[in-house]
Amino acid sequence: MSASVTITERGSGTQRKGRRSGGGKVDGAGAQADSQKSHSTATGALNWLVVPALVLFLVFAIVPLVGVLVLSFTDWDGIGAINFNGVENWLRSFSDPSMYKALGLTFLIMVLTWVIQTPISLLLGTFTAGSQKYRALLAVLYFLPLLLSSAAIAIAYKTLLDPNFGLAAGLHMPILAQDWLGQPQLALGVVIFVVSWQFIPFHTLIYQGGVRQIPKSLYEAASIDGAGRVKQFFYITVPQLKYTIITSSTLMVVGAVTYFDMIFVLTGGGPGNATRNLALDMYLTGFKANQMGQASVTAVILVVLGLGIALWLQRLGGKDKNGSQLEGM
Amino acid sequence: MEHKTSSRRSFLTLAGLAPLAVWGLSACGTSGPGGDKGAAGSASMWSLTGPPGETIRKNSIDTFNKANADTQVKLTLFQNDAFKTKIKTAIGAGEAPTMIYGWGGGGLKTYAQAEQVLDLTSWLEENPKVKDKLFPSAFGAATIDGKIYALPNETVAPIILFFNKTLFDKAGAQPPKTWDDLMALTKTFNDLGIAPISLAGQSRWTSMMWLELMFDRVGGPEVFNDVFAGKENAWSNPAALEALTKIQELVSANGFIKGFNSITADSNADQALLYTGKAAMMLHGAWTYGGMKADGGDFVPGGNLGWVDFPTVAGGKGDAKNGVGNPGQYMSISSKATAEEVDTAKKYFAEGLLSPAEVSAWIESGAVPIVVGIEDQLAATADKDFLTYVYNSAKDAPNFQQSWDQALTPTAAEALLNNIDQLFTKSITPEKFASNMNATIGK
Repeated sequence: MSASVTITERGSGTQRKGRRSGGGKVDGAGAQADSQKSHSTATGALNWLVVPALVLFLVFAIVPLVGVLVLSFTDWDGIGAINFNGVENWLRSFSDPSMYKALGLTFLIMVLTWVIQTPISLLLGTFTAGSQKYRALLAVLYFLPLLLSSAAIAIAYKTLLDPNFGLAAGLHMPILAQDWLGQPQLALGVVIFVVSWQFIPFHTLIYQGGVRQIPKSLYEAASIDGAGRVKQFFYITVPQLKYTIITSSTLMVVGAVTYFDMIFVLTGGGPGNATRNLALDMYLTGFKANQMGQASVTAVILVVLGLGIALWLQRLGGKDKNGSQLEGM
Repeated sequence: MEHKTSSRRSFLTLAGLAPLAVWGLSACGTSGPGGDKGAAGSASMWSLTGPPGETIRKNSIDTFNKANADTQVKLTLFQNDAFKTKIKTAIGAGEAPTMIYGWGGGGLKTYAQAEQVLDLTSWLEENPKVKDKLFPSAFGAATIDGKIYALPNETVAPIILFFNKTLFDKAGAQPPKTWDDLMALTKTFNDLGIAPISLAGQSRWTSMMWLELMFDRVGGPEVFNDVFAGKENAWSNPAALEALTKIQELVSANGFIKGFNSITADSNADQALLYTGKAAMMLHGAWTYGGMKADGGDFVPGGNLGWVDFPTVAGGKGDAKNGVGNPGQYMSISSKATAEEVDTAKKYFAEGLLSPAEVSAWIESGAVPIVVGIEDQLAATADKDFLTYVYNSAKDAPNFQQSWDQALTPTAAEALLNNIDQLFTKSITPEKFASNMNATIGK
């Protein structure tokens, strides 16, 4: 079990980092598949190279996963003896309205953050893909939120939104003195805003890379045919970015399932239970209420949810997704 | 080829994503630097960072280590919230330090029931000097099924109704003696455009303090004692329902500052509201006195801070002298410690904890150590009015109720805080609150 600690600390320390390395692996896998195509004789050697990754995967993912599954059938409080209590935790979870509320909230946050982040990142990514100096400067500014940790961002926003001592008081703008984190709807809006603010730079970066891969010749041909910038964007840029969109969406959506640190610091799940998503519910049940067994049920649900959505998004890409987008060019 | 690479890619994608999905879960694993095993006779202790406790604890241990060359205590400090999670994990993994810092009550009960901490009852009987210098009321939260599992130490911190004297003068008002006074003051201050009461509602335990005192004033100590004893439907006691209803009336009357649900106690914004004159009253722990003195400019030294006992309720059973809050902090000994480590720990308990030097240091910091007979020392300080008030109210209280979130088991405490949050936002009724909490009794 001590092996699982490393991953915990890494994961909980900077969730963003974890998600980013996930992105690296997606791209890495693609690169590997491509290289296999051109060097099919090296396949045997490459299979052996997979071994360390497989071992790591077993130790850090499968073993804790099985452990959590086992714990979900116990009444462990984290300190005392571990007693099996059958499917009691599962029955309680599935008959608990607050579980469904947390599940619904998780989906709501997932959908809303995707809807907000994707168009903005896509536009910003396309914009910053140009080579003018002012764009490079703006790109640097856009990427600043990416450098901050979720906890620091949450603390900063919490201070800024304080109705008595925050922005409203500093700028003498009473309109800003809303009960931002005290009204259920407003608090949810703030969470979605801050999450988007934090992650749009990262996805902009992905889209910027994607746009730069699109051959200039496509645009030149379109210009000759008389297509304007808007038409070029919708008929060349967006279709060419199909796989970038899938990669970025996978990261966004799977990340949204496990949003924790930012919400934990910003609202703690409140007011009431207005922002208590599944990941936060799992933490509070496990570590605050000492019900590790019950929390493990939530954890298993989260895993199934995350993997299911990731697989589904992969399927969206269609059968040809590993072929080069530039084939035949 | 297409298909083969495709499945490989999906697999590797999952390999990349799965750890993300499970990162939170694997936190169930073991962790922590428990193996602070030094030479024979040395013991380890975990305590908290932050003034003034950090410095006082360090100095106390340095003094002890200098005087006892062969029995050293090794101190590791953690931030409050990090410590609370870490200590549970360490104890669960059998890697606890020799001396376990804590808050007694429900948390200690789970340790004791899992046989993770030593029973100190007979040792205290053999060492009456250690026991008799401490407030007897502090031992309640350390006692489980008649056995003492922790030595109370550090300071007592009752919950006090603070008020801003300047604002009361401006309103021509007197501090509240009864609940009706308080409701009337709510109107008075709202009419003046001043928030009647500062509350950091997002922290939840801050709202809990209002309930603790209301339960006591309406129904007396028995109401919560029934809950604590696991009596069925104890939260549905008519006195409890009356107290809950009264609290919601206060919320409806805009007693608490607008936007209180956005305010957290960890930024001390609630204290700032009181000393900047934005709110007239604040119910808070005695520990906020030092903070307001340090941050509030002329507010405390200028004599603008007032304090009174919590108001009584017409027809209520609770004594106005009854207190709630933290009767002290607690230090237990791990049952996994070796005999030498236990000896060192007990030696430190007897000589180090609340030694005369430590007592003076606590008083200097503006707090009241849980030691009897320190009236003269308190009277010699600049904060003598406040410290003497705290000392007397803790010493003379007919009943001193430990804060609920610490008295209850962690399971019930988390449910309580969650329901309090909903009660104060009026998203549940007092009846719903009672039935939700009844479901946690005995857990």
